[in-house]
Amino acid sequence: MATTDTVTFKSEVRDFIEANCPEALRKPVKKFEDYFWGGKKSAGGTDEQIKWFNAMKERGWTVPHWPKEYGGGGLSAEENKIFLNEMAKAGARKPLFSFGISMLGPALLKFGNEAQKKEHLTKIANGEIWWCQGYSEPGAGSDLAALQTRAEDKGDHYLVNGQKVWTSYADKADWIFCLVRTDPNAPKHSGISFLLIDMESEGVSTRPIKLISGKSPFCETFFDNVKVPKENLVGQENMGWSIATFLLTHERSMIGGIGDTDVKQALHDFALGQMGSDDNGKLADPLLRKEIAEIELDARTLDMTIQRSLEEAKSGKPIGARSSFFKYAYTEINKRRYEAMVAAAGVNGLGWEGEKYNDGAVAKQFCRTKGNSIEGGTSEVQLNIIAKRILHLRGKK
Amino acid sequence: MAYVLNEEQSMLKDSAKEFLKNNAPVAQLRQLRDDNDSKGYNESTWQQMVEMGWTALTIPEEYEGMNFGYLGLGQILEESGRTLTSSPLLSSVAMATAAINIAGSDAQKKDYLKRLSHGEITATLAIDETARHNPNVIKSSLQSQNGSFLLNGTKVFVPDANISDFIIVSCIDASGNDSMVILDSKSDGITITREHLMDYRNYGTVELNNVKVSSDQILANANKHTIERTLDVARVAVAAELYGSSVEAFERSVAYLKERKQFGVELATFQGLQHRCAIMFCELELAQSAVLNALNAIDRGDEDIRLAASTAKAKVCKVAQLVSNEGVQLFGGIGMTDDEEIGFFLKRARVGMAMLGDYNFHLDRFAVLNGY
Repeated sequence: MATTDTVTFKSEVRDFIEANCPEALRKPVKKFEDYFWGGKKSAGGTDEQIKWFNAMKERGWTVPHWPKEYGGGGLSAEENKIFLNEMAKAGARKPLFSFGISMLGPALLKFGNEAQKKEHLTKIANGEIWWCQGYSEPGAGSDLAALQTRAEDKGDHYLVNGQKVWTSYADKADWIFCLVRTDPNAPKHSGISFLLIDMESEGVSTRPIKLISGKSPFCETFFDNVKVPKENLVGQENMGWSIATFLLTHERSMIGGIGDTDVKQALHDFALGQMGSDDNGKLADPLLRKEIAEIELDARTLDMTIQRSLEEAKSGKPIGARSSFFKYAYTEINKRRYEAMVAAAGVNGLGWEGEKYNDGAVAKQFCRTKGNSIEGGTSEVQLNIIAKRILHLRGKK
Repeated sequence: MAYVLNEEQSMLKDSAKEFLKNNAPVAQLRQLRDDNDSKGYNESTWQQMVEMGWTALTIPEEYEGMNFGYLGLGQILEESGRTLTSSPLLSSVAMATAAINIAGSDAQKKDYLKRLSHGEITATLAIDETARHNPNVIKSSLQSQNGSFLLNGTKVFVPDANISDFIIVSCIDASGNDSMVILDSKSDGITITREHLMDYRNYGTVELNNVKVSSDQILANANKHTIERTLDVARVAVAAELYGSSVEAFERSVAYLKERKQFGVELATFQGLQHRCAIMFCELELAQSAVLNALNAIDRGDEDIRLAASTAKAKVCKVAQLVSNEGVQLFGGIGMTDDEEIGFFLKRARVGMAMLGDYNFHLDRFAVLNGY
């Protein structure tokens, strides 16, 4: 229902974007690096990015739905929806992109104390701190709760020792939010705490990881006798697993395409561009055409399902464990999409270097998609969650 | 909100579920089969459906209907898909009513829709002429004769042909254009042969031999476009019902895994089976959205519902195949017996999948509509 207020707000947002968003930032980003990430160590962004970021920050619109006292825009759910719609319509990029906004922020809003909210949320909103995530360890992948990074209680501080892996952008980040073991004698889910650690602390070091797709933002992060003040504990000691699962559910919904407003080139358009069509206008390779149609059919029905779940969430049915369904479906479809692209492009989809091959964009992205069904919980873990938590398939105990 | 049922729609769905579970479960279909029932459906169940107003759902109020919409009808079809109920719901309420709604004149609507709404008559839709669905080739044709017409042709795979009072037939008119006519099934020159298909429901072959047709029997707005739209509404209805059968087969399979023990434990504890069920859950989620999207497209009055209809039918066909096959496999040896009902779902799925275009038909159409 359009009330006077919402109509006014809509035109306010539209005018603001029109007046402030530079033309260069009104096309889809190709990679995460095209976003402005903020942070102390970042190169600072392009002039356009800074201009757009500053204008939006002024309004609290880097995090439009967060409360005003923490640097947000204080928008209601209704206003936020209008805001996002207008951003999407204008094709305007998010002014600031960070794991602080998408991951840590929601966790702090729910589990953080007032001092932590004031300190960290405000700096996230203002783009001052770049956060990375320290979850996985060499011995704790799918079995995340087996993590061994130890945080020992030393009175006024914790002493942290251990190693994290797959810490995206750890080499650029200012702070890391970490799962650590505070009670080694408790059952594995009950001895974990959620800790915030300054990457500049003595004893923290990082090393980049090279993937099959080439360079990557992933790092290993090492903690060698790192002192962490007690006030950096989020929630209660040994209660970190519930924060972790809250964040994992959130992450899965994100990976699963919820809120993904990027417009991608249609797979069939890519294929038509590569191989052309027959006299009836059908894609030249009939077998690949069938495969592409199947992928696009699934992708379309997934888009509908995302829309459905957003409406269900609004009417009071939260996504919950179904985030595993979205994560599974989205990543599996994305892998099939790149299989079809490589097939459609022939040798041009295999080129790794050189302008002719756009520096191997398709081939490298193809390799990268193989990680989609591993990161954020493997497809097999997602199927476990669906089987156990939605279908209740388990033995009677 | 397009994908969430409103309170009235939810109530309708719940009451349909309750009614069908109590009055028309799979056992009713089995009984009709075992009795070799000449009508192939339970007339008193049908009368109760009429009394509950199900026949009036998609008919405008001016023709004494309830104008409740296809999202509502879709919920009933989903529930009757769960119970595999044999009734004129699909043929008469969904298909034939859509044809008249879409292509009838005001006078034709006054005449037929009113009677359909009150359940005084039933009707069906006769489209196919070949073993596989190919609506672009119509050979049945009208020839002018002394101010009226003669209709000749053969229609196959006509649902409920043997029990319907009227049959709406697609044909080529005397000027060579695509058309539809409505025939009293007892007219001279019509021979209806009941066909027994895999799912034990009613189907017929309809032979039309110099059937006399007056001009007021020609649906006034019938043309290539309105026939296609009628077909698309019918396809969405089939998809809604088939989705219901698929969800039911899936839920029965999951429940069985929790009961059946081998190696001293419930089958539900085996990851090899858990993952297959989880994958089916995902596929059913996608199919449900496709069905809801298509039902909404009809209710919104979208000018072009072709893509929505083919998306729904294609996705549901694929999922119905997966779930019905897995159902029999997960029930194991017991799933192969006639005593166990899961086999009824396999058989219904294959017929529903073939009706009005199978997976390949709609996947191809999906690609064409998307420009490739």
